[in-house]
Amino acid sequence: MSLILLVEQTLNGLQFGVMLFLMAAGLTLVFGVMGLINLAHGSLYMIGAFAAAAMAQASGSFLLALAASLVCAAFAGVLIEVLVIRRLYDRDHLDQVLATFALILIFSEGTRWLFGSFPLFLDKPEWLSGTVILPFGIEYSLYRLAIILVGLAVAAGLFWMIARTRVGIRIRAGENDREMIAALGVNISRLYTFVFALGAALAGFAGALVGTIQSVQVGMGEPVLILAFVVIVIGGIGSIKGAFIGALLVGLTETLGRFLLPEAFALVFDPATARSVGASLASMSIYILMAGVLIFRPKGLFGSA
Amino acid sequence: MKLKSIILAATMATAATGVTAEGVKVGMITTLSGGGAGLGIDVRDGFMLAVAQSGRDDIEVVIEDDQRKPDVAVQLSDKMIQSEKVDILTGIIWSNLAMAVVPGAVAQGKIYLSPNAGPSALAGQACHQNYFNVAWQNDNLHEAAGAYANDAGHTNSFILAPNYPAGKDALTGFKRFFEGDLAGEIYTKLGQTDYAAEIAQIRASGADSVFFFLPGGMGISFLKQYADSGVDLPVVGPAFSFDQGILQAVGDAALGVKNTSQWSKDIDNATNKAFVESFQDEYGRLPSLYASQGFDTANLMISAMEKADISDQEAFRAALKEADFSSTRGDFAFAANNHPVQDIYVREVIKEGDVYTNKIIGVALEDRSNAFLDACKM
Amino acid sequence: MKREMVFNLALLALILGVALWAQASDEPFLITLTTRAVIFAIAGVGLNFALGFGGLVSFGHAAFFGLGGYVMGVLAYHAQTYTPLFEAPLLIQGTKSMPVIWLVSILLSSLLALAIGALSLRTSGVYFIMITLAFAQMLYYFAISWAAYGGEDGLSIYVRNGFPGLNTMDPLQFFALCFALLLIVLLLVSLAARSAFGLALGAARQNEARVQAVGQTPYRLYLVAFVISGAITGLAGALFADLNRFVSPVMFSWQTSGEIMVFVILGGVGRIFGPVAGAVLFILLEHLLGGLSAYWHIYLGAILLGVVLFARGGLYGLIAGREVAHD
Repeated sequence: MSLILLVEQTLNGLQFGVMLFLMAAGLTLVFGVMGLINLAHGSLYMIGAFAAAAMAQASGSFLLALAASLVCAAFAGVLIEVLVIRRLYDRDHLDQVLATFALILIFSEGTRWLFGSFPLFLDKPEWLSGTVILPFGIEYSLYRLAIILVGLAVAAGLFWMIARTRVGIRIRAGENDREMIAALGVNISRLYTFVFALGAALAGFAGALVGTIQSVQVGMGEPVLILAFVVIVIGGIGSIKGAFIGALLVGLTETLGRFLLPEAFALVFDPATARSVGASLASMSIYILMAGVLIFRPKGLFGSA
Repeated sequence: MKLKSIILAATMATAATGVTAEGVKVGMITTLSGGGAGLGIDVRDGFMLAVAQSGRDDIEVVIEDDQRKPDVAVQLSDKMIQSEKVDILTGIIWSNLAMAVVPGAVAQGKIYLSPNAGPSALAGQACHQNYFNVAWQNDNLHEAAGAYANDAGHTNSFILAPNYPAGKDALTGFKRFFEGDLAGEIYTKLGQTDYAAEIAQIRASGADSVFFFLPGGMGISFLKQYADSGVDLPVVGPAFSFDQGILQAVGDAALGVKNTSQWSKDIDNATNKAFVESFQDEYGRLPSLYASQGFDTANLMISAMEKADISDQEAFRAALKEADFSSTRGDFAFAANNHPVQDIYVREVIKEGDVYTNKIIGVALEDRSNAFLDACKM
Repeated sequence: MKREMVFNLALLALILGVALWAQASDEPFLITLTTRAVIFAIAGVGLNFALGFGGLVSFGHAAFFGLGGYVMGVLAYHAQTYTPLFEAPLLIQGTKSMPVIWLVSILLSSLLALAIGALSLRTSGVYFIMITLAFAQMLYYFAISWAAYGGEDGLSIYVRNGFPGLNTMDPLQFFALCFALLLIVLLLVSLAARSAFGLALGAARQNEARVQAVGQTPYRLYLVAFVISGAITGLAGALFADLNRFVSPVMFSWQTSGEIMVFVILGGVGRIFGPVAGAVLFILLEHLLGGLSAYWHIYLGAILLGVVLFARGGLYGLIAGREVAHD
């Protein structure tokens, strides 16, 4: 194992983390502002990927496909917010879990009904293909590098929006005291719809970006949804900063764990056992991380709620 | 000994009700909803095509969706046996579902024809005279990949598969025939979609080739990311990641990859040509590996129906074992443990017009049976 | 609350009636289906004890359901292969006896619930939901890669385990066994809910500070409730595995946790009989809708959504009014 490989794996972990952040940001915003647990967030991710694949097929343009993912996911977000989610804000978490679980069923099978049961094709454009040589001679995928940069830009944009803009002030106010902000004459229902649509658009965007190097298929959202929940819980629910740190932690743990644990066990056990035990432990690692964080910090790393 | 007598007692309690007067009632349990639905739909369509082409009106097929959940599959098999009173069960795609359903079904005196899954236990210790596998033993395609890797001159291969029983079988199967060294061997997480870490290890390993078994969406993700990584070692894999349903989603990233399969749409025989053509006419898409397996399964069953009556199960079993039907794969016979003896081909992914598909470039293993014959005491 | 009582009895009579009718008209599969509903009901009653009475929203009850299943699978596997479970430090053999399997399931599930509960109860609200999920996921991935017991393939045990004096392979007799267990569990749970402990737990759920003021520790109350809840769900897991004669990691999956939660919500949170109604309704929907179209999940989703939005308090909320008896 060389140092260069370790650096490359760290980069991979960062890239995975940044991607998780796109997913987690919307989830944590929606929870922070509206107090809503949205299991259907993974469906919005899937909708983004399918919209992008359909648009890429029709137009051949990757940028248009990305735009379609944003628009369609945001639109789906507005739709379910107005029709369903809005009625759930004052319910307990239990009702929210069940209702959004029902939405997953509807979206998954609805997508299968529309697009069929076979995975769709979505590929990166020519100008993002291939590899670049980074310092220390690391050969790295250009597209993955682009994901890191785009993700960081989105993170910066979100921080700026929340810290500096009027909407951001309202969002922060909404997190602190929901009744008060309504009493101050802010159109709370419009704010909620906006926040939900924003979260949906981010999820859809993540779906399109990631679907490009993964597989666009029904059910792609759920595994990522669980990971995104792990991220926001580690970070502290409602905190964008927490989601960012949590995403990087999970990304690094997952990637480096997969790589290092089997090697570490190989020092103690025979190779076959080491591979198997290492891989098992690696697949549990992020849950162990999450349980560990919560046992010592029951509100997550940056949680206040 | 004790176990056998208990099973026998259970069999006698339930078998008495199973016989329908004439014709055959088939229970098909397969995956028709959720992420893996494409495979089940292909098996169903292939099977029903053969039934329709036979022109027989004494075959009744009850189709149910297992949602890829083993407990649902068990429940459906209970339903098929207890209330539909079917004679033959078939349709299951996944090994873990087959392991849940098959032992119970055959112990209750039903015949099971597997159109896809072939876990090693059912070929070895848990083999049964009522269980026939019409596809392959799970290891077969991986063994062929190992044999092909030798032929292609690979001497230092990096191999990977998900960390679950079928994944371990895959790597074991590959190693059974591969004579070179292993540059690395890793187990990935089941359902994993990001392979950056594994690809980095491949790059650093100094391997001269890669073998992978990553079915479904996992394979699509791996291939796309591999093609984008700048690593350009030759890749070998079993047909599951290069199938007709999946290839269109992988696109250029799969072009030129060698994969092993017992079937391909360009196998040169009359049955296969007619099958490919009629499947396209009927369903408007190219048939897949799974569709061919469903088609062969139904034709095997029909060949047995022509020779024996289902109510005489012993004669019917004997007729099945003769495998006297014309397979889309050409030569087909059953080994002693009721698993196929067949050629396994090497295919290359090509593009025909706009459609990605496979072309046969050679035979990896001739008349391959399986490694579990000795373990099976029928 | 008379109406609720009548409905309770009608529900039990319905379950029993369906099973007997199925037996009379030779529809053994219907008995199997009813048994499935009964077992899910037990699992739901278990979750409801933590969720309804203690307000502990556990999204990880699949951990106990799966553990119960694996206790049955592992013990029966060793019994049918005549291999000992452990040789050192002491010899433990497998068994095919249901009562032993049930006891071991209950015991181990309690211990697991004690461990998970002790750690998880440091958190609350959404964090509690997610940390319980995390523990279940750990077990899920562990089971998938646990090659000795089949990994993802799971374990098949060909013949149902035995109960003295009964032929458990006979659908009606196995149903009777499960139904009797459901009745016992319901009885114990309603006794527990009315006991001093149950009242203190209900009070803690509504106002922790007040309970603390009278000298009770909410943490300890919650923990006991969580352990009881886990034990009941573990028992259901053992029965479920026996019903299918098969156990697999799917029993540990988060979808399983979600389904058990659906039974509780569908029936009515905090009602003793709620999960029974929920499980029966769910099985009925699954069975009826499954035949309608290949896309039946859409209908199921729509119905679940309708229940949450328009029928608050689930079936029992509709039938017996909104307020829970002892609130």
